[in-house]
Amino acid sequence: MIEYVWLIPVFPLIGFIINGLFYKRLPKGLVGLVGSAAVGLSFALTVAIFLEYLKLPANARPVEVTVFTWIASGTFQAPVAFLVDPLSLIMLLVVSGVSTVIHIYSIGYMHDDPGYPRFFAYLNLFVCFMLILVGANNFLMMFVGWEGVGLCSYLLIGYWYEKKSASDAGKKAFVVNRIGDYGFLLGIFLIFYTFGTVNFREVFALAAKYPVGSGVITAITLFLFVGATGKSAQIPLYTWLPDAMEGPTPVSALIHAATMVTAGVYMVARCSALYTLAPLSMMVVALIGALTAIFAASMGMAQFDIKRVLAYSTVSQLGYMFLACGVGAFTAGIFHLMTHAFFKALLFLGAGSVSHAIAGELDMRKMGDLRKHIPITYKTFLIATLAICGIFPFAGFFSKDEILFHALVDGHILYWGIATAAAFITAFYMFRAVFMVFFGESRVDPHVAHHIHESPPVMTVPLMILAVGSVVGGFVGIPIIKGGHVFKEFLAPSIIYSAGYHEAHYPITFEVGLMLFSMLVAGAGIYTAYRMYLQKPELPVVLAQKYRAAYELIYHKYYVDELYDAVVVEPIKEGSTFLWTGVDDKVVDGAVNGSAGLINWLSTHLRKLETGFLQNYALAIVLGVMLIVGYLAGL
Amino acid sequence: MAIPLPHILGLSLALFALGAVGVLIRRNILIILMCLEMMLNAVNLAFIGFADYFKAVDGQMFVFFVMTVAAAEVAVGLALVVAIFRQRATVYVDDLNLLKW
Repeated sequence: MIEYVWLIPVFPLIGFIINGLFYKRLPKGLVGLVGSAAVGLSFALTVAIFLEYLKLPANARPVEVTVFTWIASGTFQAPVAFLVDPLSLIMLLVVSGVSTVIHIYSIGYMHDDPGYPRFFAYLNLFVCFMLILVGANNFLMMFVGWEGVGLCSYLLIGYWYEKKSASDAGKKAFVVNRIGDYGFLLGIFLIFYTFGTVNFREVFALAAKYPVGSGVITAITLFLFVGATGKSAQIPLYTWLPDAMEGPTPVSALIHAATMVTAGVYMVARCSALYTLAPLSMMVVALIGALTAIFAASMGMAQFDIKRVLAYSTVSQLGYMFLACGVGAFTAGIFHLMTHAFFKALLFLGAGSVSHAIAGELDMRKMGDLRKHIPITYKTFLIATLAICGIFPFAGFFSKDEILFHALVDGHILYWGIATAAAFITAFYMFRAVFMVFFGESRVDPHVAHHIHESPPVMTVPLMILAVGSVVGGFVGIPIIKGGHVFKEFLAPSIIYSAGYHEAHYPITFEVGLMLFSMLVAGAGIYTAYRMYLQKPELPVVLAQKYRAAYELIYHKYYVDELYDAVVVEPIKEGSTFLWTGVDDKVVDGAVNGSAGLINWLSTHLRKLETGFLQNYALAIVLGVMLIVGYLAGL
Repeated sequence: MAIPLPHILGLSLALFALGAVGVLIRRNILIILMCLEMMLNAVNLAFIGFADYFKAVDGQMFVFFVMTVAAAEVAVGLALVVAIFRQRATVYVDDLNLLKW
């Protein structure tokens, strides 16, 4: 079965081709069915391969499946080949599994959209590229997936392209991602230049010969991390993700929360062999992750668009994952990636279900008291919120706690402090969202209010599936109990530590104490939200006025967009204008028009030689002959 | 008694120059054609002179070729002159400057 791994991305590709080419002849029901079935088949195949992989003896792992040679030029070899190992299997499972659920949800959510087949075609294409990204066995093929998901992200953010804000957001995402991709590409070049190959396992084997802290490995890892900051929305390239919420909600759930944005984390974990050789890069990763976690969380506090709140929370959670990778706890990062995929997809789909219920409204100021009207959405949303806050026994508790633990013992107390503060803020703004949407006074528009309705089963069943994942997803990684952390043991072969790295062991009381403390912090966040948004709804307004400057700063997202506009966008625009009017119009066009003008001027004068008199020409011939004869005679 | 080569070449040169000047300065196209013939015959004379001097027949052979070509050329040339005269009612080259800029 494993040798058919290449079929995993092929199924969505077929779905894309069918929906993309024949949508005019397909009935609407079939479009959704084809789109979902294509991804569902991928998921089924992934599960089958996963089960078979579990039965393989340790010496037969991991498996590399080469489909064909894509590029062969001298010593440079880039095959289309897949690496089946624990890390890629987990990613394949998460991507295809969450995608299947979201595809099914989309059948209901996008039902009345005129671009229905286009949506499914794009979504399938995205899944295809994402599966290539996580399944590839070499950097170049990974890059193909990397660029492909970027393209699909652009297409899907700008899905409602007739809306200017949506098409602008699409362009912004694409351009910002390009900046990161450039770094990633430089990293790949440097890898090939240094090691002479782009195959993961060959590179990692060769890298082991380098000393810890070697300059070239540090450069490679930093370049790769630039790519990760672009794709995974970290400081300084995170600005595209909140704007990406212009896309349809299933897109936000799938691409901008559960799968694509985690590509950077996956890549860093995949390159653990390189990163552990570069302490400097590890520090950068951890620092950027920690800063992003708190920075994005603080911006989430003052947003009123529910999807934007979730977007900042995604950025913040991705920061956690990078923090985990940066302190060497790659398994914890991937673990959080997996649990986050469940609960963040659920949060977004829940937000979609809420807006579905109240005529597309996303502003939390126009919601409130919805829990009785849409009970399933409410319950699943609450489960996801508890999971993201890290409340026992929901999935987020296990993964987040592991990250906090490693941040303290493997990293620095500073990282732990930042991450704990971010956890407090996360609990606060997530429950702020819950209270504003589902509790308190109803602020729904009166003419919408009387037909609030729960979503159809095609949407609520996916919510329930993801809710189950958000509850039980964490139990694959039970800490403390020996043998309880199945996830970590399974993933261990994929994570290659450099020599000298060893895991620290701490007394159980320390671990438990830490867990209780982080739960306490989350509880404090929830209580604060409760005080401010349920008990005294007037309090936020009072506080906002009291600390006006701070509130304005957060509300305007620290003016980072404005800063980038002033520092990057405007100079580029001005530079381009100069190149256009100054260089292109004057120099380039000047050279072309000038040479034409010169020829014109010369011809006006030289053509006077053409007198039309026969004897002038004869004279010229005679003179010419005389010159030639004179020359030959040696005069 | 043979005529010395320099004399023959001198005559040939004089005839050629005369013909060339005629071609360049006369206005009547018929005269120009006649001057052209004179240049050709000056060349013929040089050929004959050399043939005699080197005791080789090649030069005399060439003269026949030149005369053949000259006859053909005159036939075409005169036909053109007639055609031009029918069109423009003139044989003066000054009036034939259609190729002017």
